[in-house]
Order: sequence, then structure tokens, then C-alpha cells
Amino acid sequence: MLLMGTLLFEFALTCYFAAAIIGIADIVRNHKKASKLIVWITASGFFLHSAAIAYRYFAAGHVPITNMHESASFFSWCIALLYLMLHFRYRIGMLSSFIPPLIFLMMLAASLLPRQIKPLSPALQSSWLLIHTVFAFLGYAAFTVAFGVGIMYLLQEHYLKRRKLGGLFQRLPNIQVLDDINYRMISLGFPLLTLAIITGALWAEDAWGQYWRWDPKETWSLITWFIYAAVLHIRLVVGWRGRRAALLSILGFIAILFTFFGVNFLLKSVHSFV
Amino acid sequence: MSILVIGLNHKTANVDIRERLAFNGQKLEDGLLGIHALPEVQEAALLSTCNRVEIYASVCSDKAAENQIKDFLATFHGIARSDFESSLYVHAEADGIRHIFRVGASLDSMVVGEPQILGQLKDTFDYALTRKTTGFILNRLMNKAISTSKRVRTETRIAENAVSISFAAVELARKIFIDLATKAVMLLGAGEMAELAARHLVTNGVRNIRIANRTYERCCELAQEFCGLPVPFDDYLNQMAHIDILICSTGAPKYVLVKEQMQRIMRERRNRPVFIIDISVPRNIDPAINDLDNVYLYHVDDLQQVVDDNMLGRKIEADKAEIIIDEEVGKFTHWLDSLDTVPLILALRQKADEIKIEELEKFRHRCPHLDDATNEAVQYLVTAIVNKLIHNPTVTLKENAEDREMLAMAVKKLYKLNGYDD
Repeated sequence: MLLMGTLLFEFALTCYFAAAIIGIADIVRNHKKASKLIVWITASGFFLHSAAIAYRYFAAGHVPITNMHESASFFSWCIALLYLMLHFRYRIGMLSSFIPPLIFLMMLAASLLPRQIKPLSPALQSSWLLIHTVFAFLGYAAFTVAFGVGIMYLLQEHYLKRRKLGGLFQRLPNIQVLDDINYRMISLGFPLLTLAIITGALWAEDAWGQYWRWDPKETWSLITWFIYAAVLHIRLVVGWRGRRAALLSILGFIAILFTFFGVNFLLKSVHSFV
Repeated sequence: MSILVIGLNHKTANVDIRERLAFNGQKLEDGLLGIHALPEVQEAALLSTCNRVEIYASVCSDKAAENQIKDFLATFHGIARSDFESSLYVHAEADGIRHIFRVGASLDSMVVGEPQILGQLKDTFDYALTRKTTGFILNRLMNKAISTSKRVRTETRIAENAVSISFAAVELARKIFIDLATKAVMLLGAGEMAELAARHLVTNGVRNIRIANRTYERCCELAQEFCGLPVPFDDYLNQMAHIDILICSTGAPKYVLVKEQMQRIMRERRNRPVFIIDISVPRNIDPAINDLDNVYLYHVDDLQQVVDDNMLGRKIEADKAEIIIDEEVGKFTHWLDSLDTVPLILALRQKADEIKIEELEKFRHRCPHLDDATNEAVQYLVTAIVNKLIHNPTVTLKENAEDREMLAMAVKKLYKLNGYDD
């Protein structure tokens, strides 16, 4: 059972790797069919990945989002889900060069982290586990996509401003749609992150008897939350959009990476199972 | 069997000659049927546009057909042959096929890569089809010209990228805004180029146009033309808060819009993007405005640079297209050659002779006592029968019937002539 799950995971990793490589190669050497191919490879990877997560669920007997390996894997799964949805909604070929590498990197991180299934610690044995983690990682994934699209925006804006209207400029979509997707992703991620923090607090009260203890994980989640709250607030009130919004979404993503990886590896946190 | 192209275009003939040789209205039908009726011409199609007049024909003998067609042109249009002959080009066989493919792929056009010519070529052949002047050779040639043109379009970037300033402006607008239909355009001052750019924006979906000009009459005139809204010239700064695309050509000696003003406008617009095209010389818009976020300023020189680059790009792509066309011409010539029935007829005759000689030999062995006169009579009889038997197939193959290809296949199969290929 577990072997099968591992195999499925490796296959999914391979698919994501292929999609990422083709995506990056396509930036340099454009081929008309490349983006379609990437979508199909990622979709296959996503399918295998879903099966791998399902296998692990049955093998472990609980929701498989309880350690760094499982979390990074689920994070990657969420990005892939959003990427596929965005593709079928907007049909922007260049997304395939910018998002799949992020899916792959997160999956690669998962593959490098220890994978063994350990008995669930009492604190995690709760129905909050599923709710809290799904909110958190879907939110993270939305912010990750916002980051990728933000990079695309900055590139396209650079080309327009400097009047470099070459190949990549022709293939990137208009900046307004990029700004729009960036905004939508942040507006999707923000309520999800909010819910993740609230459910986390409720769960903490359940498990440890206190809603908020200024644990590094909690602190950094709050910092991240404030950054994205600022992005949305400034956009709605002052009308900051475009370049500044894209830059802020990059800053927010760095905060997420630190909340996710940095807190667990560098700081001492009661939350350090994830 | 050969493909013949006789024609003239914007490169070989001046407008006067092109006009006199054009086939417009009723002349198109009369001309097409007239050419088709020429003894040397088997199939014909006739293309007549403002830039070119071309006759496509499938003929038996290039030289004879060329002569007849030229004479026909002279009598039909009432011009002496010497008056137009130097403007004509004649392409036969593979060159003729290549010419048609190049025309269809828009490599022979005034603006290389422009898309209209393929439609015109299609119409030409559709029309010939309704007049029944084309047969299976030209029909196939037409299909191949269309598919070759599509191949060129998908495999090269020949038709991409704008090659005029006003188109370049529209393309840039498309890279800034999601939907042009919801965007507002303002013409500030009205020059010819500004008008052209505005017209392109309108054909690409822009509906909301405002016009500000120093002379109010001109302003109203333009407003009417574009179904736009005339606004007082002095009010343009207030208008800017609602304008997404500004086309400026006032001819003022100084900047009409500077950075500080634009900063205020952007605050008022809540930073929604603005595309500004400055067509004026000297500049009317402070170039420093481009440093502001969400403001994209292009001067006419920048647009000209874009167009020049694109033109260069098209030339490079045209070279790739020529390679594709060479390939397709090769394929078509090969097909045309396979239609040639002369080798098949020879093979058939040879086969019949072989059988005849073999059987006569056997007969002589079986009946060695017969005298020479009888032998000669038998040989005569056998030869007559064989000739009679293959006479009809030979004649039918020589005729250029619609189903000749099928007949040739049948003969090959029925007589087991697979190995005849030259």
C-alpha cells in the first residue's frame, strides 16, 4: 500500500518536473504546442498526485497533512489545482511557463523531507486538522499563483515601459489581465488565510487551552496576514494597482515561505510538526 | 500537361496598364470563358484585383498556350500586344505552381503577409468552379495553395506583428487593456495620423471617443464621423480622468501635458492604466510622464521603430516561408508527373508485344512444319488482334478525361504494370 503511494508520488514529481522544464525552455525557445503539452502533463501529474495523497490517507488512517513532507506535497497539489483552473478560465499560454516551476519546486521540497508515517500526536487528533490545513494551503497556493502572475506583470510592464516589444512581450498577455488575476488570487487567498488563522486559534484553544500564545508560527502568520491585508486595503482605498501591487504580492510570498519553512526550521515553535 | 501562369502585378505594371487589363464585372465571366475556350487551354481561372491580374491555366503546350492567351488579352481588351507584353510575367510548370503558392501565402503582396490575397484567390477558384472552367488539376492546385498558405501561417510568424503605425498603436493598446470596448479614447488635436489611429481603434471595438480640437467645426466634423463626443479644447485636463487612451497631435510648440499634471490625473483615476500616443512633432507630452506608474507613453518615433522592426521580422519569416513553399511545389510537381500517361501507355504496349512474341514462339515450336506464308499470316493475325485489344485503352488514356487518374490506376492493376515506373 505504502509502496504504491510512494510510486505515485514519484510519478507525479516526474510529471511536474517535466512540465517545469518544458515551461522554462518555452520562455527561451517558443513552440506553439508547448503550453498545451504542459497543461496535459501537469494534469496527469495532478491526477497521480491526488491518487498518492489518497493512498497515504488510507495507509496512515488520517488526513495526510501532518508533517513537513505531507504539507509541502499538499501545498504543491493546491497550486496545481489553481493553475489548472486558471488555465481553463483564462487560456493564457504563458502561465504555463511561470506556475508549473513553482508547483515542481514545492513538490521537490516535499520529496526531500522525511516521509515516514508516524503515529499522530494527540494534539493533532482532531477534526480541526482537515479544515485548518485545507484553508491554510489553499490560501498559500492562491498567494503563490499571485506571486507568479506578479512576476509576469513586472516583466510585461518592463517591456512596455522600455519599449522592448520583442518575442516575450508578444506572448505575454495584457498587463491589465495580469493585474486582475493577481488581485483575484489575493482576494481569494486572504479570506482563506483569515479562516486558517481563526480555525487555528479555535483548535489551539481545544488542544492547548489557549487561543493565542504568540508562538512564532502564529506571529508570522499574522505578519503575512497584515501584508496581504495592506495589499487589499491600499488597492481599494488609494488605488495602488499594477507594479506596486505586484511588488507587494512578491513580498507577501516571501513572508509565506518564511512562515511555512523558516519558522519550522529556524525558530522554535509548538507548531513545528508543520 | 503543365501549369501556366500569365499575369501582371503592382511590381511589373503601372496602374494604367493594370486598369486596362483588369477584368471587372461582366468582363470577368466573358474573359474566363474566352480563355477556357482557347484550343490549347484545358482548365483556367482568372484573378483580377487592384494589384494584380493573373491567369492560371492547365495546358498541353506552354508556348502555344502562352501565345494564344496573349493574343486573347490583346483582342479582348483592345490593346496592342506590344503595349502590355513587357509588363507580363509568364511562369510555367514548377515555376507556375510556385508563383500561385507564393501569391496565396502573401509572399508576392505589396505588404508581405497581408491576409486579403488568400480570400481573393479562393474567390477566383470558386468562381471558376461555378463556371466549370477548372478541372481536377487546377482544383487540386487550389486546395494545395490554400493548405500551403495555412502551413506558412502556422509555421512562420509572417502575418504577426503590425506593419503600420496605427496598427502598432492598436496592438500596444491590446497589451495594456483587457477589453478595448469599455475604454474611452480622446483625440487631442486632429491630424491625419491621429484620425487613422482612431479609426483603427474603432474597428477594434472602441466605442467611446471624445474629440478636443482648437477649431470647433473640425471637432464636430470628426465627432460625427466617429460617433464621438466633442469636448471643449480647454477642458482636456479635466477629461483626462476618464480617458484611457489619449492620442495627441495638437501642433503646440510646447508640452500640453507635464508630469505634475499627470500625477494629479493618476490620483484622480485611482491609477487605472493610461495609454498615451504622442503623434506631434515637436513633442506635446512631457517624456518624463512615462516614468509614472501605470502610464504608458509612446511617441510616433517609438511606433515607427516598432513598425520597422516588424518589417524586418517579416522578411526573415518570408525566407522560412519560401522553404515551405519549395517543399509543397515539389510534392505537387511529383503528383502532376504521376498523371502523365505516356510511360504507362508505352509499358502497356511493351507488355502486349512481349506476350505476342512469347506466344508466337511457342506456336512455332508446336507447329514446326508450317511454311513461311502461313507463319506470316498467323503473325499478322496475332498482331492485328493485339493492336485492336490495346487500341481503345491507349486512346482513352491519351485523352485528358476527368477520371484519367482512376483509369491509369485501373490499367496498372489490370495488366499488372506495377514495375513500369520510369
